[in-house]
Amino acid sequence: MSASAEAGPLPAAREARPWRIWAGGGIAGLAWLAAAALVLAWPDADDYGRTELLGGIAATVGLLLLLAGLAGAPGPIARLRPAGPWLVALAAGLIAWELVTAKLDLLPRPFFVAPQALLEVFTDDYAKLGDSVLHSLLLLIPGYLLGATIGFVTGVAMGWSRRVGYWAHPVLRLIGPLPATAWLPIAFFAFSTSRQASTFLIALATFFPVAVLTWSGVASVAGSFYDVARTMGARPWFLIRKVAVPAALPSVFVGLFMGLGSSFSVLVVAEMMGVKSGLGFYMQWSQGWAAYANVYAALLVLAGMCTGLVTLLFRVRDWKLAWQKGVVRW
Amino acid sequence: MVNPIGLRLRGIHHAFALKGQDLPVLEDVDLDVRPGGSVALLGPSGCGKSTLLRLVAGLEPPRRGTLEADGAPITGPDPSRVLMFQDPTLYPWRSVRANAALGLEARGLIRTEGARVDDALRLVGLHEFAEAYPHQLSGGMAQRAALARALVNRPGLLLLDEPLGKLDSLTRLKMQEELVALWQREGFTTLLVTHDVEEALLMAERVLVFSPRPARVVSEIAVDRPFPRHRDDPHLVALRREVLETLGLREAA
Repeated sequence: MSASAEAGPLPAAREARPWRIWAGGGIAGLAWLAAAALVLAWPDADDYGRTELLGGIAATVGLLLLLAGLAGAPGPIARLRPAGPWLVALAAGLIAWELVTAKLDLLPRPFFVAPQALLEVFTDDYAKLGDSVLHSLLLLIPGYLLGATIGFVTGVAMGWSRRVGYWAHPVLRLIGPLPATAWLPIAFFAFSTSRQASTFLIALATFFPVAVLTWSGVASVAGSFYDVARTMGARPWFLIRKVAVPAALPSVFVGLFMGLGSSFSVLVVAEMMGVKSGLGFYMQWSQGWAAYANVYAALLVLAGMCTGLVTLLFRVRDWKLAWQKGVVRW
Repeated sequence: MVNPIGLRLRGIHHAFALKGQDLPVLEDVDLDVRPGGSVALLGPSGCGKSTLLRLVAGLEPPRRGTLEADGAPITGPDPSRVLMFQDPTLYPWRSVRANAALGLEARGLIRTEGARVDDALRLVGLHEFAEAYPHQLSGGMAQRAALARALVNRPGLLLLDEPLGKLDSLTRLKMQEELVALWQREGFTTLLVTHDVEEALLMAERVLVFSPRPARVVSEIAVDRPFPRHRDDPHLVALRREVLETLGLREAA
């Protein structure tokens, strides 16, 4: 027998491109240089500690972008090309922000913060911020993994066994939609440490979406997939591991993603309510001192941490589900 | 070569439970297939012939009647009786090679017998596509991959449930020839379900014509022509008319 020849994808036709400037990069560079000039040349309305550093950073970014623009974004810098409009907008945003805070003092303090004040938090309090990130991660990750594991096993068992489904379904249906934070008073009472209580809550928040989506994934595996393996002598354990679980994996990853989202919100609430460390605690504590620059800095770090974890999860998914076509890119 | 399996079915009755009611699908079916033989089950769509294949595969027990493979009762699925479906039902998360390896993996033979996988892929002409994923295959190639996955088990009985039903007509003609050649060379027993009269006459030594549901055998035709056959053979053309008349399609004949 011979397979009907099917042409593989053609190698992308690559032509040597003549040197051309990257206009977007050049404009962004000029915008950042303008922002640097504004920061450095216009005296601040008040005494700020990090104005020179901010101006220096803006000037460096501007110079590098200008050079990259003139050189036509060679090599790996070419990946920045689509970001051109964003880089211009960020510089414009910095200029506007700098004007209404540090330069003209139009917005009420301390709630509104100048860019250099935010920068000062990073340069002066980075150790405490880093420590907070570490503590948040050390609280989040064990709880998430625990909840994801139990949720996955529960989901597979419910999808596979009618009897498990019969008993677990009503419980899941009643308890699941309840926000995990509703358990807060009970959790802090039932567990001896706030760390245990928070781990339990994070695990609970992760458990529900993972269990439900794993369950629905396993339950919707086509019967013919099992028949094929059964005719070839597969035993139930093989069917679970090699058919049900891989077939349900796309759905499982949706559950893991949703679980990650709810675990973030529980993490922050737990750190604000009882745990005496982590980014949530840092924000709560700074707010008590009206140190809003620290609150915003911590928010920014938290956003970076959350998006980093989601990106990591999506990377794992892309790697595990490489066989799928057209998955959503993060 | 493999050990071809002989089949003996007696008084098979089967029904589906549908909304609390029993829907009879098979009524008093008898069937004998000699080891290495090739029998086609022909009948209108949805008449219950596919159900008969599932019973022979051991995926379901019949309501009544006895099924024997080489004299032993059929009580469950067995890798010696492999069923090939109308859809290739390849696992989309596995490459072609990993799909073909399924049977060996399920029985824990992959380490010792792994070479069979590449042999089977070569046999169906897919060895160059071993690393491809199912979504990259054409319909014909996917069905070939499913065939390789079946052949890896060295089945004594190949159960074909309209395996060419969804292919385009040219691919279909080509694969009919290839399946016949494979059957002649490998020597396994073949039980083919189809609703294509011409396909049945081209591929089988015997054709059993089924009634609409509940299916019973209404006639049996021995096709006494050597393989490979040609669709314009006058003897086959005459048989085709006869079968179509049995099926009540006088006009089409």
